[in-house]
Amino acid sequence: MSALFELVDFGVQIGTRRGTAHIVNGVDWRVQAGETLAIVGESGSGKSMSVLAATGLVPSPPARFSGQALFRERDLLTMEDRERRRVRGRHIGFVFQEPMTSLNPLLTIGRQMTEAPRQHLDMPSGEARDKAADLLNLVGIPEAAQRLDAYPHQLSGGMRQRVMIAMALMCDPEVLIADEPTTALDVTTQAQILDLVTRLQSQFGMAVVWITHDLGVVADFADQVAVMYAGRIVELAPTSALYRTPGHPYTRGLLDARPRLGETEAELATIPGVPPDPRRLPPGCSFWPRCPYREDPRCETEVPPLREVAPGHLVRSFYSITQRAPRDQEA
Amino acid sequence: MTSASPVEPMERSLEAQEPPEEGTRWALLAAIFESPVTVLAVVIIAIVLFMAVAGELVAPYGANEINVMNQLQPPNLTHLFGTDELGRDVFSRVIIAARVSVQVSLVSVALALVMGVSIGLLSGYFGRWVDIVGMRSMDVIFSFPVMLLALAIVAMLGPGLVPAMIAIGVVYTPYFARITRASVLSVREETYIRAARSIGASDARILRLHVLPNVMAPIIVQTSLSLAFAILTEAALSFLGLGVQPPQPSWGRMLFDGRGFITEAWWMAVFPGLAIFLTVLALNLIGDAMRDALDPRQRSAIEARAGNL
Amino acid sequence: MLQYLLRRAGQALVVLVGAAILVFALIHLVPGDPVRVALGTRFDPEAYEALRRASGLDLPLHEQLVRYLSRAAVGDLGVSFRSSQSVFELLMERLPATISLGGAALVVGLLIAFPLGILSAIRRGSAIDHVARIGSQVGISVPDFWLAILFILLFAGALRILPPSGYVPLSEDPLEWLRHVIMPALTVGLISGSIMTRFIRSSTLEANDQDFARTARAKGLHESTVLRDHVLRNAMVPIITVAGIQLASLLAGVIVVEVVFAWPGLGRLTYDAVLARDYPVIQGAVLLVAAIFLFANLIVDALYAIIDPRIRVR
Repeated sequence: MSALFELVDFGVQIGTRRGTAHIVNGVDWRVQAGETLAIVGESGSGKSMSVLAATGLVPSPPARFSGQALFRERDLLTMEDRERRRVRGRHIGFVFQEPMTSLNPLLTIGRQMTEAPRQHLDMPSGEARDKAADLLNLVGIPEAAQRLDAYPHQLSGGMRQRVMIAMALMCDPEVLIADEPTTALDVTTQAQILDLVTRLQSQFGMAVVWITHDLGVVADFADQVAVMYAGRIVELAPTSALYRTPGHPYTRGLLDARPRLGETEAELATIPGVPPDPRRLPPGCSFWPRCPYREDPRCETEVPPLREVAPGHLVRSFYSITQRAPRDQEA
Repeated sequence: MTSASPVEPMERSLEAQEPPEEGTRWALLAAIFESPVTVLAVVIIAIVLFMAVAGELVAPYGANEINVMNQLQPPNLTHLFGTDELGRDVFSRVIIAARVSVQVSLVSVALALVMGVSIGLLSGYFGRWVDIVGMRSMDVIFSFPVMLLALAIVAMLGPGLVPAMIAIGVVYTPYFARITRASVLSVREETYIRAARSIGASDARILRLHVLPNVMAPIIVQTSLSLAFAILTEAALSFLGLGVQPPQPSWGRMLFDGRGFITEAWWMAVFPGLAIFLTVLALNLIGDAMRDALDPRQRSAIEARAGNL
Repeated sequence: MLQYLLRRAGQALVVLVGAAILVFALIHLVPGDPVRVALGTRFDPEAYEALRRASGLDLPLHEQLVRYLSRAAVGDLGVSFRSSQSVFELLMERLPATISLGGAALVVGLLIAFPLGILSAIRRGSAIDHVARIGSQVGISVPDFWLAILFILLFAGALRILPPSGYVPLSEDPLEWLRHVIMPALTVGLISGSIMTRFIRSSTLEANDQDFARTARAKGLHESTVLRDHVLRNAMVPIITVAGIQLASLLAGVIVVEVVFAWPGLGRLTYDAVLARDYPVIQGAVLLVAAIFLFANLIVDALYAIIDPRIRVR
């Protein structure tokens, strides 16, 4: 069954003064309508870059791409600019991390929300405004019609993020890409936004790609989770499997590091060391220098392939630790 | 739900403990040697400095070697840049005149730097009324175009080397003050400053050991650019007859003299002007290269400190 | 918005008074006796006394300051030491020439800076980017008096198509005015344009890197829409500031260029006054220039408030 949106062996390289940086390496994933894929990784893992580059938001010189980014089986990378823009605007909605700076401070909310449908759907402005007001209502902004004439600085961070979400939905996209949408918000607002997106997804049946560094955020909500490290996917699994039986040492490390209520141990577990420089990736597994297991001599010299250790559960490792002391998952 | 990434808190705590950008000064230096154009600029500056220090030794003739019989000769093999109305060799005079430009620019920029950085540090660090008084007085100076203010100061003090230095120094003080203040404001709230304060370090100590080193980089850039404009301003003052007085040769003054003979002896004005132009261009190129090295936007995603990709 | 503007006007007034005090101090910081210095070789005890009294220099210092400030506020800037003409009159006589040169130079500068600056920012690394960057580097490094001389050598000397100096008022003969203003306007305009090119370029680059530009592109809008409504609109805000300051600089009189081309404007007036130690004229000119600068800043602030809604609300 073909996917709605998928990346096939996707890679991004950037030439820098000190060598070529492999920011994204051989990434494969797919989402279907109504599904949520969470991409988890730390800063520098390539999680945002992979998605932004796949949708044409990373300028191509200086970056170079390899592989494919297929939307309904059409490769976004080989399309003409104009066509790619059309697909992106019409079928993919974006929500970014910083609501403070992601909206143009000089234009009204209404103007920014109606730009896209007027261009892509040829919607007359009156109709576009009505739709904008409806969506603002839907995302929980009071006095929606008045807000259309407001400027971004007149709204709070949480409200701006809701506006971003409503704006992303204006053209009825089939895929919603959320790049760390709640990172800059306080915990309560985070929960509200997550809730909102979940509701909207069931209402509109979109595929959602949710990028985050926080494993906890997506536990309830994602169908699949892809864990990225140093530009590669190191584990891809249905959510519950990932939390209960993680197969990759890095995932394990991330899960173990979460502080939990009721624990009385003195120190928080951390993963010692730092991620590798994308210009000088180790020849073998990128995580090897920090890995506490290292159970296969090939780890040091060969890049492990993604292996299916259980149905739908892929791990990039020569061995699997899914059977180690499993931890119970708590949301 | 709690944050699960262990690496981020660790990175953040490491950053919080160290003062940032220890390598920035070296980055500035490295930036200069990256492009052949800026290396050439450094060479030009080195030549100018050499001329300023040892001009008389290298010049084929004296600066004031008058030989009226040879007056107004076009460039030829014995006089590379021709001769002026008194038969003096223009090439030699250009070399020797470098001294004045170097002297005036160095002293005046040093003056502006010391005054400006002090005002900026105090304004930015202490804030409130110190800030208001400091910045308003800078605003007053800023409300005059550079040349006009320099002219007015020279009008007060009379023409000459020292008044020119003072005038230019005063006029450029606000630039240093503003840049310093802006840097101080951005650094003031950093964790390591709070840490120093919490252990009881005095303000003076904090300013000297923590704040100043971290605002050095923009100041260095500003210095290079100010040197360039100081040379231009000094030359302009001399061109108007208000800078260094004869018999000491200066590029600007040579243009002043040359203007009277422009129809008969274009070389009298063109070559000194070229010297000014090349020197200023070199300083600007160096300053620009350093500023590009500073600007975070210019750094690649790899080199950015908290790179989030 | 009105509140914001009033507040800025108040600040400007404070700075202006500060400038006036500085200007007042000018005459008193002169080592020696300013009147004697001004009279120079024309010294004679009667003239000296008369001039001293007329300039109020026989009064105690604080009284002089009050006298100066109160008179300046109504436009009485005293009388020239040299020609006994009212300083205010002199300034007003010379202002039109300066304004016409400043205006022409600004037009030249903007015509260069906008296309070059914007194109160089949106087509980074292209040929036009290199031309703009090198050109503007050269433009800000070249001494204006040298450039003026080069132009004179070329257009008046070798090609003989333009007069080397002089002025014809625009109202009198536009064509002759144009022939006389071309070289000075080009000299000033090229340099001013170089400064603005660099600024427009960096401002556009910065706006282009902002998150909201990414959002606009994410929405799949035409690149031209992104540039027009999002990038440039935001870039304009700082650009207007710089253009405003440039204009103020130009209006204030470009001294060196006016001297080289014998253009009878404020700049040249100031220069002649400096040579003659005509302090009241120097003071008057400096004060006028400061006032023009501050006024131009106010206009820029008003424009700022019109374009940027965030300022209005404060």
